[in-house]
Amino acid sequence: MKHLISARGLEATPTVAILDTAMDMVDVRTREVKKLPTLRGKTVANVFFEDSTRTRLSFEAAALALSADVTTFTTQGSSVSKGESLKDTLQTLEAMGADFIVLRHPHSGVASTVVNSGWVDAHIINAGDGTHEHPTQALLDAFTMRSRLRGENARGSNLAGISVVIVGDIFHSRVARSNALLLRTLGATVTLAAPQTLLPREIDSWGAAIVSTLDEAIDLQPDVVMTLRVQRERMTSGFFPSESEFTQLWGMNDSRLRRLPPTSIVMHPGPMNRGLEISGSVADSPQSTVTEQVANGVAVRMAVLYTLMGDSR
Amino acid sequence: MTRVVLTKPDIDRALKRIAHEIVESQRGRFGLIFLGIPTRGVHLARRLARLVADIEPQDVQVGTLDVTMYRDDLATQSTRATVATEIPSSGVDGSTVILVDDVLFSGRTARAALDAITALGRPDVVRFAVLVDRGHRELPIRADFVGKNLPTSTSERVNVSIAEVDDLDEVSIA
Repeated sequence: MKHLISARGLEATPTVAILDTAMDMVDVRTREVKKLPTLRGKTVANVFFEDSTRTRLSFEAAALALSADVTTFTTQGSSVSKGESLKDTLQTLEAMGADFIVLRHPHSGVASTVVNSGWVDAHIINAGDGTHEHPTQALLDAFTMRSRLRGENARGSNLAGISVVIVGDIFHSRVARSNALLLRTLGATVTLAAPQTLLPREIDSWGAAIVSTLDEAIDLQPDVVMTLRVQRERMTSGFFPSESEFTQLWGMNDSRLRRLPPTSIVMHPGPMNRGLEISGSVADSPQSTVTEQVANGVAVRMAVLYTLMGDSR
Repeated sequence: MTRVVLTKPDIDRALKRIAHEIVESQRGRFGLIFLGIPTRGVHLARRLARLVADIEPQDVQVGTLDVTMYRDDLATQSTRATVATEIPSSGVDGSTVILVDDVLFSGRTARAALDAITALGRPDVVRFAVLVDRGHRELPIRADFVGKNLPTSTSERVNVSIAEVDDLDEVSIA
């Protein structure tokens, strides 16, 4: 595997291997020396055409922990405002020595376009393309589920037998798509809960069951409830009548949390709209994995950089 | 053509001798930690730890040291799976670490292992024990304890089988 573009192309065995490597990376983070020399002399370029806090910082932390040099490119203050094309921007970065390009772009499909175009030789990692995919988020979510629900027996295991409900703004969510695809590959059962208006058209190809309210989904007693951010910035028309109606039908709150088994977990990829898709008290409850997901993100991205490094074809 | 160079009794005797040499070099200083390099080094480390504790009763600890991420050939080799590093909870600071591997060849694994140990802490002493030294060093590294010096050509393969992994104890050259 030279690039990581989509969760669709990931097979179970290499995915489990990445998750296992990530366990060893978590371990490294607890050591006296928290760095590995693995990517010494390599450069990781974070290229962000769209705002991001945690993904960019997480990739930076992961690259630094592997001793890579890191350059960060954001569109603000760059020549993109002068009309420089994506191709020229990426070739400029590679000419400056980028071995890995971590790419976030507001348009769906950009990462695979870059790989197929042959513009650059660098490893390409998709850090979110429009409403399409965000594969490292799916990997870190799978990692978080596996470590929380399997505990000591996590290593080497897939997610067979684990039931996951993904609730909310699925239409705009690259996190939901990548997760649904990866979770199925790993053997988990996925149920989607969303208003009809927030389900993408090609939903049938995801291999997931669909229910119309979160209450129906809670009745299934899932191991995981994954809430999604309502993406106000991508909403140009009325996808649901009002925010209070959304919260009432699809928001994760205390009474719904109490109806879940005590071992179940509640996830959110961040940033959260507290009070909209998830209540503040659920987000801060011991069953919430929000901060764990952030911490695991660094380890998982270290594992991804390491795994791609070995394949230069 | 495969030629067996060490059988099970040979391996047992070699490990017993190494254990005696380790105890002798210890000169009564306790606090030994055996760190095996995966895969087979880990099992050899366990065996040596047991033998040493039989010779001179003492508290001997065993761990696993994964050196994968410290290798210098990562960019040119396909990705290797990592293995969990397991260090005694008391850490390695101030201890005597005996690094254990099955075969010493180029010395690059040992070099990576020394870096990996440095990242864990600062042992008083690090020693290196191997079952087979087959020569052809590419770095200025040598083992302190050697089961068997085996002259080989670079084109030959040394296969070490360990009962815990391969269901038999044997060293052969192919």
